[in-house]
Amino acid sequence: MMMTGAEIVIRCLQEEKVEYVFGYPGGAVLHIYDELFKQDKVKHILVRHEQAAVHAADGLARSTQQVGVALVTSGPGATNAVTGIATAYMDSIPLVIITGQVPSAYIGQDAFQECDTVGITRPCVKHNFLVKDVRELAATMKKAFHIAATGRPGPVVVDIPKDVTAARCEFDYPKTIQMRSYNPVVKGHLGQIKKAVDLLLKAKRPMIYTGGGVILSDAAEQLTRLTRRLGFPVCNTLMGLGAYPASDRQYLGMPGMHGTVEANMAMQHSDVLLAIGARFDDRVIGNPEHFGEVPRKIIHIDIDPSSISKRVKVDVPIVGSVPDVLEEMLKLLDGDKTGVDAAALAEWWEEIEGWRAKQCMKYKQKKNLIMPQYVIEKLHEVTGGEAIVASDVGQHQMWAAQYYKFEKPRRWLNSGGLGTMGVGMPYAMGAAFAHPDKQIVCVTGEASIQMCIQELSTIQQFRLPIKIICLNNRYLGMVRQWQEMFYGSRYSQSYMDSLPDFVKLAEAYGHVGIRVEKPEDVEAALKKAFIDHKDDCVFLDILTDQKANVFPMVAAGKGLSEMILAEDL
Amino acid sequence: MRHIISILLENEAGALSRVAGLFSARAYNIESLTVAPTEDDSLSRMTIVTRGSDEILEQITKQLNKLVDVIKVVDLSEAAHIERELMLIKVRATGKDREEMKRMAEIFRGRIIDVTDSTYVVELTGTGAKLDAFIQAIDAGLILETVRTGVSGIGRGDRILKV
Repeated sequence: MMMTGAEIVIRCLQEEKVEYVFGYPGGAVLHIYDELFKQDKVKHILVRHEQAAVHAADGLARSTQQVGVALVTSGPGATNAVTGIATAYMDSIPLVIITGQVPSAYIGQDAFQECDTVGITRPCVKHNFLVKDVRELAATMKKAFHIAATGRPGPVVVDIPKDVTAARCEFDYPKTIQMRSYNPVVKGHLGQIKKAVDLLLKAKRPMIYTGGGVILSDAAEQLTRLTRRLGFPVCNTLMGLGAYPASDRQYLGMPGMHGTVEANMAMQHSDVLLAIGARFDDRVIGNPEHFGEVPRKIIHIDIDPSSISKRVKVDVPIVGSVPDVLEEMLKLLDGDKTGVDAAALAEWWEEIEGWRAKQCMKYKQKKNLIMPQYVIEKLHEVTGGEAIVASDVGQHQMWAAQYYKFEKPRRWLNSGGLGTMGVGMPYAMGAAFAHPDKQIVCVTGEASIQMCIQELSTIQQFRLPIKIICLNNRYLGMVRQWQEMFYGSRYSQSYMDSLPDFVKLAEAYGHVGIRVEKPEDVEAALKKAFIDHKDDCVFLDILTDQKANVFPMVAAGKGLSEMILAEDL
Repeated sequence: MRHIISILLENEAGALSRVAGLFSARAYNIESLTVAPTEDDSLSRMTIVTRGSDEILEQITKQLNKLVDVIKVVDLSEAAHIERELMLIKVRATGKDREEMKRMAEIFRGRIIDVTDSTYVVELTGTGAKLDAFIQAIDAGLILETVRTGVSGIGRGDRILKV
């Protein structure tokens, strides 16, 4: 059937079973918007800024197994989307971003709303395309979805000049796609897997360390079986929270800069470390030289070979899809008769329990001041630990990660890699569309929330019952913490003066605003938000202790066993 | 260590900038880069000369393989290979220098491909080191212009880089 390029774009989205597209119209995408208007299978969510369109698509992708889709116009539409794209790229989130482009004949002539979208986005996409001919459009869209979702996932940009969306050709959506230059490995090398299992069975101080890859590949179930089968300690990174149930005894918490004592010490002192879908990030292992001082064997499972031996030399690399490799490991363990070194393991657990006994997450409850940690603990209680928690970036992000005990995957949405302030509310929006039956929370601060505050309007338009938990300490908290600890308490530009009245602001957008100033009011306010106003968007402006800091802390450049604890100060 | 990386990639617009962008974004060094279509015009063959430790080279190879347009990557310098570079060098050739320059070109098996009453253009092929040696061997004051293509490389014998 003959179709215009614009019709083809929409038909491709339908073929890919895309339910929601987050976007913002403009000149170069008007043909596409006209086609959107004429159908009702693909629902368009109008945001208030293109950055939020990409973040919302990203939030939807993080909370589901789907590819998120955003649609923006050329020039400023595309450049506004760049922060969202880079955020998704750093955390390997599958997205397809459709950008309008000026007509082919105008490209390179500094036309109105022209920018080199493919050039600007090149370093922060998995791949991108400029579609020059309508006859290539359908196959390009197919490739975009295929590349975004397979291998190590990531964002793919499809830049479409306006004349291509008007041109006509026969529509034929390919069922499958073969690319000679792109064939990600799925199955791990059996010999390597066998070596890894042998090493694990001989380990005296084993440790399992898992990252975002376990969440992205939906391997939480296999991870849990393997960990329980071996009886080893396990930790989940900031990107990997929820991969293993936080309430389980074998779970040591989050490792890294603000990780627990038991997780960091066990990482540092392990003799065999099994890294799964993790990348030995600087915020996770601290100083790699210090980390390397303790001799240990490292097994690393990752779908991306370039993640292996990038920052830390690995002894047993296994390239493959995490669930596939873990299934193979479980099979080998089923056939094993020797078992783990139980005596050594018992001794190792004793040492770990010693670290755990330090209770590094304990915090002092100050009189008349709301402790941010307490708010998150209460949030966990009131939501029964069942909410999807989107977070912004800063101290509140760390407290949410530390104190909201995630039992299941895809419930914790945050910008771990790029650390983009402003993602919280759009992430919550994306998750709210995908999970209308779940409680959706945005944990934020008074600084982060203002970076995408305009989305309160989108939330109103689509009546999304998001609960915004704003831990308001009137400071750029994480900046303030570093300035206090490493810059002689010179609080350069980290004080937020002239804050808006968030209650009135929420009300102005048609939402419910509640200010909380006393510790004894926290629980009641949360209940009011989640029970009385179940179906409304509620903005909880919670005035917290201005001096609260995130502990434990491994200072930048320090080693994992050199943590600063709350009681040290 | 110096390495010669050979890459077979899709002959698509932007493929070159993806490779060049990767090197600058990750702070890898490029000494030279050459690229042109192969006998199959849907493919380009690229040769990059770079320097780095074994760890960096491992990352360069992995990162290149990760690019969607890249089909195959080989470190030619890992085994027997041939490398060649072409140089066109314009030199002043007057008086006694005229004969001297002609002799030097012959010694280096170069060819004089353009002649005026005061200049020669010498065409010279060889390894980068040989071209360097030629530049060293002649009077620096006589060099008017040099153009070098950068290294192209190919494996010896059965080492074949093909789809």
